[in-house]
Amino acid sequence: MTKLNSKIPEGPLHQKWTHYKANQKLVSPANKRKLEVIVVGTGLAGASAAASFGEMGFNVKVFCIQDSPRRAHSIAAQGGINAAKNYPNDGDSIWRLFYDTIKGGDYRAREANVYRLAEVSSNIIDQCVAQGVPFARDYAGYLDNRSFGGAQVSRTFYARGQTGQQLLLGAYGALSKEIKRGSVQMYTRHEMLDLVLVDGRARGIIARNLVTGAIERFAAHAVVLATGGYGNVYFLSTNAMNSNASAAWKAHKRGAFFGNPAFVQIHPTCIPVHGDYQSKLTLMSESLRNDGRIWVPKKKEDAEAIRAGKLKANDISEDDRDYYLERRYPAFGNLVPRDVASRAAKERCDAGFGVGLTGLAVYLDFADAIRRLGKDVIESRYGNLFQMYEKIVDENPYETPMMIYPAVHYTMGGLWVDYELQSTIPGLFVAGEANFSDHGANRLGASALMQGLADGYFVLPYTIQNYLADQITVPKFRTDLPEFDAAAQEARERLEQLLSVQGKYSVDTLHKRLGKIMWDYVGMARDKAGLKFAIEEIRKLRKEFWENVYVPGTLEGVNDELMKASRLADYLELAELIARDALHRNESCGGHFRVEYQTEDGEALRNDEEFKYVAAWEWIGLDAEPVLHKETLDYEFVEIKTRNYKS
Amino acid sequence: MNFTLKIWRQENAKAKGRFKTYKVENISPDCSFLEMLDILNQQLIEDKIELPVDPIAFDHDCREGICGMCSLYINGRPHGPEQGTTACQLHMRKFKDGDTITVEPWRAKAFPVIKDLMVDRSAFDKIIQEGGYISVTTGGVPDANAIPIPKEDADLAMDAAACIGCGACVAACKNASAMLFVAAKVSQFALLPQGRVEAEKRVQAMVAKMDELGFGSCTNTYACEAECPKNISVENIARLNREYLKAKIKHADRKREAGGFG
Ligand SMILES: Cc1cc2nc3c(=O)[nH]c(=O)nc-3n(C[C@H](O)[C@H](O)[C@H](O)COP(=O)(O)OP(=O)(O)OC[C@H]3O[C@@H](n4cnc5c(N)ncnc54)[C@H](O)[C@@H]3O)c2cc1C
Ligand code: SF4
Ligand code: FES
Repeated sequence: MTKLNSKIPEGPLHQKWTHYKANQKLVSPANKRKLEVIVVGTGLAGASAAASFGEMGFNVKVFCIQDSPRRAHSIAAQGGINAAKNYPNDGDSIWRLFYDTIKGGDYRAREANVYRLAEVSSNIIDQCVAQGVPFARDYAGYLDNRSFGGAQVSRTFYARGQTGQQLLLGAYGALSKEIKRGSVQMYTRHEMLDLVLVDGRARGIIARNLVTGAIERFAAHAVVLATGGYGNVYFLSTNAMNSNASAAWKAHKRGAFFGNPAFVQIHPTCIPVHGDYQSKLTLMSESLRNDGRIWVPKKKEDAEAIRAGKLKANDISEDDRDYYLERRYPAFGNLVPRDVASRAAKERCDAGFGVGLTGLAVYLDFADAIRRLGKDVIESRYGNLFQMYEKIVDENPYETPMMIYPAVHYTMGGLWVDYELQSTIPGLFVAGEANFSDHGANRLGASALMQGLADGYFVLPYTIQNYLADQITVPKFRTDLPEFDAAAQEARERLEQLLSVQGKYSVDTLHKRLGKIMWDYVGMARDKAGLKFAIEEIRKLRKEFWENVYVPGTLEGVNDELMKASRLADYLELAELIARDALHRNESCGGHFRVEYQTEDGEALRNDEEFKYVAAWEWIGLDAEPVLHKETLDYEFVEIKTRNYKS
Repeated sequence: MNFTLKIWRQENAKAKGRFKTYKVENISPDCSFLEMLDILNQQLIEDKIELPVDPIAFDHDCREGICGMCSLYINGRPHGPEQGTTACQLHMRKFKDGDTITVEPWRAKAFPVIKDLMVDRSAFDKIIQEGGYISVTTGGVPDANAIPIPKEDADLAMDAAACIGCGACVAACKNASAMLFVAAKVSQFALLPQGRVEAEKRVQAMVAKMDELGFGSCTNTYACEAECPKNISVENIARLNREYLKAKIKHADRKREAGGFG
């Protein structure tokens, strides 16, 4: 029996959200003042939600790990944000954005949510412009657009190569305004350690003050997690160093189901790994695929000579280059979705055509674009990305093609939420990358920023009221309730336990080992035997961690290693769930590629008969198998097809 | 490559700090400065070369030069020797094999040290809270293309908005002035029609807060511009000064009018 109720409103697709809003419960201004909301996270989703709640009159407490809310991981997003404005008059519409997202996600996302996302996308751009976000403009002074993968229209708004920064600073401004007004209280350098439930509802959190080390308690009528994705399970990813899964994982262990954990996005255009000291990978924005052409040598001898340092990219003549994306996918060419582009790169490299010292790289070449448009135009479009590339790799991409390779980037999976963005724990809402919601098995470029801001500005402010309307008679919670005592005690004991192991290995050493297992067996190509092996290895590593990790210092004061250890302890549990989910899903779809399930020409082979559902996992204990709940996806409005980017 | 590192160690805000010397060996030239510190910390933790084990605390997050979290004063320069580069994007190939490198935290009254190389920059947030935004609430705004904005203005606003709030300008300034940081925000909005409405109030409130929080005054030495990793231009300071003056004059005019000359 399933416990899942996705609460999709009745009615035709384009009226669902309107109907919902017309019929939902509201909270009067006088009552809003009596209600408290906790928001964990100040990325696009958290900052926009907290600012909006504050404006509405709720009492808000906001938390982040960094020293300022402006530094959340969202700041690093480069390329852009989608919206169905159709300003270029190239045939875009809400329907088309909705359709592209459903198709891009390989038919594993919920129609109603995705339609709502497309519907509010235009409001986001309006809002951000009103906040003073300096989007790129054309010479007439109107907003400019570019294209991203998986779309044949130009619907991506951007602010140079710093779109995430500018959008986040907009939301941070709105948040700062509310902090000044006193409606929002900001707690920086605080890391949530656990969720507190009272009578089955989310009523607060336990957090560690990262400066003093104190374990603190906070109560509220509802809790919103906007804590980002879990890509750092893989150790190397494009995520920021502080991105982590702990808040979501703790909520999972308290009863929130985890949706589609195996849906991890591997981004095709990242700077290749070059040393074992490396701490993270750097993304080269997808926008580069607007003008860059991806290729490897046609002849194996050439690839070998390049790897040996005897030939350079520019020595390979035009006829001897294999623009494999243009060859395989003539209709979309270099702008196929990410999962398709990543697999194609891996396929070429595995077949021996890879370049770079390791052979794990392909070229992204701008020579054509520079010839066609001039260096100035290319510089104005991608200057800061080229500069970033040159700083890291020490090569000039205006002269030699960039080298790129896929890397872990984004997690479509996350805490399961219903149409209201509420998890299976009443009163716990989840927004942004932390929820599983809108991207199915593969996210399209420039859609994460859209989703984060849609959730925070335009969805949660409505849906949370529907919940809080029933809570107006519930008095403010005190943090000396036994539930808070117990959770705080548990959190402290767990940290003490980490400190007491006093083993041999640093957290990073063990995290790198986890990353390698995940990349090798739960990465771009997965198979049954490998996944089973991975589960065994993860369990062994988890044991080793608790026996042999070394965490210096004490509970007092700044202790980065302690927090890293605490996060790794959670990754070691989540990693197993990712592998299990991947193992159970006997099909290939989007970013989840099972080697056993592919077409003759190597494309993903979905199994809609058996797997057209969201896998929502319930935690029942560390050594017990998690329980699978299925939310069947009913496609009422689109016809399910095999994704085709060829014609 | 091999390096000798002289690193500032300080237990907490109240403790007295001092330099300690460490050696790192076999560092790849492609290693970033922060990765080099990771390697040192890894040695401190696993090789336990010094007891009690106490890895070096430093702030960092994106490691891509955009979050503004890293804040190292390297060989007497905020973010180190490379122009227009944050510490996280600085690579060891920019140093010479065998170099001795000194690493300190930002030093400014308004940025107290938390531990080792980590400082408290919440003063920047407090300045922004005074008006570093447009006071629009969610919803009810016009279409994004309702007001065309000349590309040149939008580009200049973007140049200013590129500030990452790292505080290198303060660390570079002999007066520990936050003028470049404040000017960047004031300029971004002063250049845009949406931002003009509150321009006068904004500039006055932010400048007043900056003074109140213990940042020094600007004496136009332009060390800030030279050390800013995002090349924020001092022209923004000139723009702030114009805005400030305009606001003052208007304010005085209004006072006079309110004082009732008739
Ligand atoms: C390099 C890069 C480029 C990208 N470019 C694009 C792009 O061009 N377009 C696009 O659409 N998407 C892009 N993405 C994806 C997008 O940036 C993210 O998915 C999105 O920003 C996530 O936002 P968020 O608000 O959900 O979470 P985040 O921005 O990750 O914020 C998480 C917040 O939660 C806080 N937090 C986490 N755990 C805890 C805890 N335990 N206690 C307290 N606080 C906690 C953090 O401090 C932070 O404030 C990019 C991603 C990367 C890595
Ligand atoms: S102006 Fe430059 S140095 Fe100062 S905070 Fe901004 S980016 Fe950093
Ligand atoms: S770590 Fe983000 S700017 Fe250096």
